[in-house]
Amino acid sequence: MRRAILILTPYLWLFALFLIPFLIVLKISLSDAALAIPPYAPQLDLAGGWSAIKDFFAGLDFENFEFLTTDDLYWKAYLSSFKIALISTALALLIGYPIAYSMARAAPEWRPTLLMLVILPFWTSFLIRVYAWMGILSNEGLLNQFLLWTGLIAEPLTILNTNYAVYIGIVYTYLPFMILPIYSALEKMDDSLLEAAEDLGCSRTSAFWLITIPLSKTGITAGCFLVFIPTLGEFVIPSLLGGSQTLMIGKVLWEEFFNNRDWPVASAVAIILLLILIIPIILFQRNEQKQREMEG
Amino acid sequence: MAEQPVFAPWNDPSEKPLIQFQNVTKRFGDFTAIDDLTLDIFEKEFFALLGPSGCGKTTMMRMLGGFETVTNGTIKIAGQDMNKVPPNKRPVNMMFQSYALFPHLSIYENIAFGLRRTSMDKGAIDARIAEMLKLTRLEKFARRKPHQISGGQRQRVALARSLAKAPKLLLLDEPLGALDKKLRQDTQFELMDIQEKTGTTFVIVTHDQEEAMTVASRVAVMDEGLIVQVATPDAIYEAPNSTYVADFIGDVNIIEGRASQSGNKTKLSWAEGQPNIIGTTTRTFETGQTCHFAIRPEKVAISVEEPTKAANKLHGKILDIAYLGNISTYHVELPTGHIIKAQTANTRRLARRTMTWEDPVWISFTDTAGVLLDR
Ligand SMILES: Nc1ncnc2c1ncn2[C@@H]1O[C@H](COP(=O)(O)OP(=O)(O)OP(=O)(O)O)[C@@H](O)[C@H]1O
Ligand SMILES: [Mg+2]
Repeated sequence: MRRAILILTPYLWLFALFLIPFLIVLKISLSDAALAIPPYAPQLDLAGGWSAIKDFFAGLDFENFEFLTTDDLYWKAYLSSFKIALISTALALLIGYPIAYSMARAAPEWRPTLLMLVILPFWTSFLIRVYAWMGILSNEGLLNQFLLWTGLIAEPLTILNTNYAVYIGIVYTYLPFMILPIYSALEKMDDSLLEAAEDLGCSRTSAFWLITIPLSKTGITAGCFLVFIPTLGEFVIPSLLGGSQTLMIGKVLWEEFFNNRDWPVASAVAIILLLILIIPIILFQRNEQKQREMEG
Repeated sequence: MAEQPVFAPWNDPSEKPLIQFQNVTKRFGDFTAIDDLTLDIFEKEFFALLGPSGCGKTTMMRMLGGFETVTNGTIKIAGQDMNKVPPNKRPVNMMFQSYALFPHLSIYENIAFGLRRTSMDKGAIDARIAEMLKLTRLEKFARRKPHQISGGQRQRVALARSLAKAPKLLLLDEPLGALDKKLRQDTQFELMDIQEKTGTTFVIVTHDQEEAMTVASRVAVMDEGLIVQVATPDAIYEAPNSTYVADFIGDVNIIEGRASQSGNKTKLSWAEGQPNIIGTTTRTFETGQTCHFAIRPEKVAISVEEPTKAANKLHGKILDIAYLGNISTYHVELPTGHIIKAQTANTRRLARRTMTWEDPVWISFTDTAGVLLDR
């Protein structure tokens, strides 16, 4: 009995917090928009008995999904999100790896402090941090003032409300998710492996490529997924830092939902996004499992 | 028949040493791990470092490999100063105490790692690896990853990997610690065989003195960053230069007393009412100087009847008998409270033994059986 409860708990959790919301969204995506509260039809009326349920199912269709294919805004938004997520992930890796590497090489008594510094930003609200970036990146912002002061530029740079600002915001926000798994992989690495590689004729640089990089591969993969997956559906950063030309599916979804009040189309967008995300999530899980096997 | 020349380059002043430690000191912060060490190791030697844990054996190896910088002094290999030469440029391979196998590579690729860094062609590399796998009996495991094999197998992989490049100098840090006795002996002989075939110079660290005695051409006994004695295994065993070495290598009885010399004999007065112990030594002792007499248990004879011709004989009673199969060790208590160990070969069956617990017995030894030491 206790065993059954133990096993059931995560499934109940999944059922209540993932499957039910998913089914509700799926149902909305199959409905039609309506001027009502809530703004879609048909509604399920259990009191109406069997025939009402039959009517309800008859009212569901795939119209909204068909609609998504007719307007090229949607697939362009998916594609552009994909591109932005991919580039941001690459940037985060490029910046995060050296940080993780130097953290793992730092004297052991410094490591907790460095780790703390990486996590510290999470102590303030995400929104406040994004607003702070608006203050930094705007035409009269700190960055431009500084660059003007140094004389590097004569005119303020337009960064806010462009894709650059979006990249900066995303990389800044998700960098800890890149650093932490790489750091934990590097920290576990035994220094004598590098010594052995050198002993066998490797230079420091080739030892890095032949030993350090392969041994941190699981950390790199985990970090990339942890940045890529949430970035794909990111909505706050592109809408606050990005401009009108910044096209991301999260933003489109928000607009469908709140501006157009077209819940069914918004739900269809969300369902497709979820389906797209399932692939990297499965790959991520597999990577984690592989790592566990390596260690076990 | 011409006599085979004895391999003893350390006695030949014209011989150039392969490795030279010249006043080498290594400090970690204010802790001195190696203290002003001077030592020559010659080509084709099988040199063993022996000493208690933490005495600086690994540190010496790591300085040779280039992983620790020397605080003071110079290390030369083949006459060349090594202090500024990085590990990958040294003609040295090391087998690490922790093995340091690459976890992401198969056994095959681990062994191939060093060879792939050379200009050797693929066929030659494959042949060399096959040879190494055969030597270490790892053929069946070539495709596995290090975490899929046993501790002893890992050790053999580490050995194969360090041997693969056929280095001029091979450093082995406790190469056989994780092997069972049988496999360890086999591997010891294999190592000696490899050494003979390749002419590689070996420096080996071991905790196991029997191993050092078996494989080494010379043994260095270390204590807290100092080398106490360097000598051939038989010299270390038969003529230790201090009670530390005598006690560290093998079993020994040590009796402390005061020396007095007359002619070529040295007398040791060691206890009230007991006859002096008579020994021979090349050392000179002042009369009344504190002196230690060290004698190996197998050089002490034990008998029920009083021996007639022995230079030294003492009376006591058997306290304990340790039966070790081929030999027995008798612990004999003297009236003074000293306990002397005497060893005899068990040529007779146990049941016919003439001596047992509490029996009064005589122990005896010749005047050349032991050594007299001043420290
Ligand atoms: N990096 C280091 N920093 C500070 N002290 C060190 C360092 N490496 C070694 N030591 C110290 O130097 C001494 C010698 O160490 P070493 O590893 O050479 O011992 P060892 O003779 O190989 O011992 P074992 O037989 O246990 O392997 C030890 O007391 C050790 O604590
Ligand atoms: Mg050691």
